[in-house]
Amino acid sequence: MDALLFVAAALRISVPYTLAALGATFSERGGVINIALEGMMLSGALGYVLGAHATGNPWIGLAAALAAGLATGLIHALVTVRFRADQITSGLGINLLAAGLTKFILTQVFHSSSNSTRVVGMPGWRLAGLENLPALGSVLATPLVLMTVALVLVGQAALFRSVFGLRLRSVGERPEAAATLGLPVTFYRYAGVLISGALAALGGAWLASEQHSFTDGMTNGRGYIAIAAMIVGKWSPLGAAAACLLFGAAEALQITLQGSAFPTELLQTLPYVVTMLALAGFIGRAIPPRALGTPYDPEHAG
Amino acid sequence: MSDAAAPPAASTGTRAPAIALRDITRRFGAVLANDRVSLEIAPGEIHALVGENGAGKSTLMRMLYGMIQPDAGTIAVDGRVVRIHRPADAIRLGLGMVHQHFMLVDTLTVAENVVLGREPRRAGLGVDRTAAEARVTALADRYRLPVPARARVGGLPVGVQQRVEILKTLDQGARVLILDEPTAVLTPQEVDDLFRMLRTLHAQGTSIVLITHKLAEVKALAERVTVMRAGRVVGGGEAAALTTARIAELMVGRPLADDLPRVAREPEAPLLEVRTLDADDDRGLPAVRRVSLTVAAGEVLGIAGVEGNGQSELIECIAGLRAPLRGEIVIAGRTMHGRSPRERAAAGLAHIPSDRLHRGLVPEMSLAENLALGRHRERELGAGPLLDRGALVARAGRLLADYDVRPPDPARRAGQLSGGNQQKLIAARELSRGASVLIVAHPTRGVDLGAAESIHRRLLAERDRGRAVLLVSSELSEILTLSDRVCVMYEGRIVHETRPSETDERTLGLHMTGRAQAGGADAATGGDTAGGGAAS
Amino acid sequence: MKAPSRAALLTASAPLIAVALALLAGAGFIAAIGEDPLAIYALMARETLGTGYGIGQTLFKATPLVFCGLSVGLGFRAGLFNIGVEGQLTVAAFAAALVGAALAHLPAIALLPLTLATAIATGALWGAVPGVLKARFGSHEVINTIMLNFIAAALVSYLGRGVFEPATVRTAEIGAGATLPRLDLLWPVLRGSPANLALPIALAVAALVGVLLFRTRLGFELRALGLNAPAAEYGGIPIGATQVKAMALSGAIAGLAGMNFVLGYKHFFELGFSAGVGFIGIAVALLGRNHPVGITIAALFFGGLLYGGLAINERVPKELVEVLLAIVILLAISVQQVIERIARKMAA
Repeated sequence: MDALLFVAAALRISVPYTLAALGATFSERGGVINIALEGMMLSGALGYVLGAHATGNPWIGLAAALAAGLATGLIHALVTVRFRADQITSGLGINLLAAGLTKFILTQVFHSSSNSTRVVGMPGWRLAGLENLPALGSVLATPLVLMTVALVLVGQAALFRSVFGLRLRSVGERPEAAATLGLPVTFYRYAGVLISGALAALGGAWLASEQHSFTDGMTNGRGYIAIAAMIVGKWSPLGAAAACLLFGAAEALQITLQGSAFPTELLQTLPYVVTMLALAGFIGRAIPPRALGTPYDPEHAG
Repeated sequence: MSDAAAPPAASTGTRAPAIALRDITRRFGAVLANDRVSLEIAPGEIHALVGENGAGKSTLMRMLYGMIQPDAGTIAVDGRVVRIHRPADAIRLGLGMVHQHFMLVDTLTVAENVVLGREPRRAGLGVDRTAAEARVTALADRYRLPVPARARVGGLPVGVQQRVEILKTLDQGARVLILDEPTAVLTPQEVDDLFRMLRTLHAQGTSIVLITHKLAEVKALAERVTVMRAGRVVGGGEAAALTTARIAELMVGRPLADDLPRVAREPEAPLLEVRTLDADDDRGLPAVRRVSLTVAAGEVLGIAGVEGNGQSELIECIAGLRAPLRGEIVIAGRTMHGRSPRERAAAGLAHIPSDRLHRGLVPEMSLAENLALGRHRERELGAGPLLDRGALVARAGRLLADYDVRPPDPARRAGQLSGGNQQKLIAARELSRGASVLIVAHPTRGVDLGAAESIHRRLLAERDRGRAVLLVSSELSEILTLSDRVCVMYEGRIVHETRPSETDERTLGLHMTGRAQAGGADAATGGDTAGGGAAS
Repeated sequence: MKAPSRAALLTASAPLIAVALALLAGAGFIAAIGEDPLAIYALMARETLGTGYGIGQTLFKATPLVFCGLSVGLGFRAGLFNIGVEGQLTVAAFAAALVGAALAHLPAIALLPLTLATAIATGALWGAVPGVLKARFGSHEVINTIMLNFIAAALVSYLGRGVFEPATVRTAEIGAGATLPRLDLLWPVLRGSPANLALPIALAVAALVGVLLFRTRLGFELRALGLNAPAAEYGGIPIGATQVKAMALSGAIAGLAGMNFVLGYKHFFELGFSAGVGFIGIAVALLGRNHPVGITIAALFFGGLLYGGLAINERVPKELVEVLLAIVILLAISVQQVIERIARKMAA
């Protein structure tokens, strides 16, 4: 077995999970549950394909993916922050909306409800030094992979070292306290959700770029695994990224074992079982932000 | 009511008042929380805003701080009429507020909490933690409010958390400090510290508004007083010119109640016994320490104490809502170790909890259903697994009439009743159980006087019928009126036991603050001490 | 005293407003692809309500939605968000199909109850897991039920390896004794539609849930728990045990949702047969305000939409229905909040 190939596969698989989970830490640290990752990723995937299809330029595809993710995030923010409706239900509604709307658009643009035509993928970058690494080189030299690594590090710093992060976390822990200090709670909650939408959409764009097309329901539950990784990673970007690597490795192993007698279906359940164990407190107690899931109503604060 | 004084006018000559509220009105649903309230705070004074719970003090201050908007009326700061749409506006105008429920982010450090919103920056985006800590430490030194700048707020004692709250307002440059019931959760030591700090601030020119319903604090600290009742200003003036009795009269709207009639009873067999009980609070800190007590049939045992000294944990242990660490609870001769609330009720326990809307009622259920809460397994309410709505409504009709709950409509939702009627509803349910032991916590808090008196009469009637009643209250007058014996709880222990005939509010006050042994009566925390305003 | 009743009326109308707005948004989509919204909606109505066959199809589509809506609604009443209906109905249908096939020789009087009991018990067990986890460890049921949906899917496809018919993802056919007869035997007007005896069973379960919630001691406990857990605890209601009971009951009802397909239609279990009805159940409960009557009406409405979508597929992609469903969900919860705020002001 080529261990390096395996690591490369795990890394490649974990990219979309990591992007979506990273985004979710911002949404949830700001106090908004984001079950909508699945829908945001799907929107991003379709956005990429539409952009790339229309222009033949993967970067425009990426921009379109971001726009789609932000739009999806905006819906979640409107429903949960502006209208203060239930965050979980909103997330499920958005996932259903994205599933239906992507197929609807697919039928209109590509005259098929199951898949798009082939589009261009993200280019590889020839970074001296990196691309010469055996096996890993090809993965690491991909712009989105490098970007993902950088985003995780930046995200960690932004959340725990920056003014924005401090304020975002205070809004997710105790919005009334932030409000009495004159901070605009709504602004920070919108920002958290929109960042989440953008990053999840990047993850979706990666999936679409990898397979050079959009297929119906192509995210295939990855958004839910990302939310699970964020929980296992205790609402921190680095923790979430580590959990995504673990889940990515499990998936790589499953692909390697495909066709053998090994029950890969059971391996497939690893992320879910790990998450349930983490929630039950077997892998250290993860404490969610205190105001997570609670709409902020200035009239009833304090 | 008839001789209610006019709202106090600023008496400090020509300078414009720091704050002038004029004809402020605010409704919440059907409730008129503030009715044309006018109030002036002179520059540099300590002004006490007093009134019973629900009198509208906090609502008024939340409007001043921009958390809610008045329906009518004007606010002027330093003589200029202003609109305060949000707390940020209030902060800019130099107002600072220390909320009753602290506005702190538990997971952040002291320094982070203080600078939040005005963080010192590093490289434009980052928080400069070193600078933040230095700034907070400097501020703390200047106002003599020592705090550990790097510690996480969640793990600090309440008194220190309050200091962080005050520092926050000072860091914002507050010139007017509003404190909402600042002593409600403090230990006596912490109250002393707070008052010392407030006098320091006052000496440095800060205006202070103290919202409270404790008259001793008013006399100890305030220069002027405004009294509110039922959403209106009903009087006030120079603190030195008003006796506590007079302020109390204004607060409740009539001379203080005469004693209720009561018959002496011979001690009978104990129905409730608590032996060497230890329990922790929600944070895992010791709350009840080696408490032993007995309540006999036909006896009211009153537990006096400053709130937060273990009373609620003690009650929760007895009711089966909290597991004690050690000790024994015996109800009507049966030990209750490991028994569920349901089994305790079956053994003869009834419980009127302190928090009506949180524990005592399901606001969205009907009165009939609320009267069945905890009694929904009783045989007369249905056959087998079924619950007979007819039986529920029939019983409700009877109880609502008996206990004078208004309106007596079994289909109405409990959340629609006034506080007093909600409390009568709970009393109706619990007192009609026929339980031999009654535990009653703060039965008249936030309740209008009529309802309070009716509840008091009911409790005494229960005692006369041979029930054992354990009464917890922070209102000493209530304790002294109803109890046959009084225990004082302080820091989780029973530190004093006496009889109402052998004590008074002042003596109890001393024990409640843990300084009976120290001998000196501290004006800040003691009983009905007369005296002038804050000397500083 | 007029104001509160007007406010109450307004609050009650929230689901209708949400549906109306969603249909308006849908009209926008239809117009965007160059069709006439009114004509499409009229076609939809004609196809679903205009013929006996259409009505039968609507009833067939509505049947699992009644079960799923009841399952979610019962959970909501107890303060629990059961997103795991999809997983619960999958394992239950799989187990019931296996029992129905393995004991195919038994007569209906024994086989049908046995098959239904298997579905109920399996759904209840799968549903109880997140209940136990919540009661024992305090872990949130939302994430756990989502995880259990995926685990259920993986588990069934793993076990299916051994029992699926060669080269398919379906089980062997169940015995004749386990099948639910079609309703067109009774009402010929429904001829050709697959509506079957699962519908009257669903209506009976709706009635039972109504009795349970509003006429029994257990129902009282569930509702008190859902409305105010500390007060329920104070009232002697064991929180953990009641949560487990609620999740088990919710799972049991979810378990029956697959019977429409397995016992009443295809007579076997097939991977992916449910097509997400478990999630639509959330919309049903939401729109039906967690009341059995409301849930039944909402299920019929969504059933009509689902079949109507198929009926108009030649002119407008049937995915429009999915979009409409999603918009109904998002609008229902938003409109609800807005209206409650207005109602509070009106009551003032």
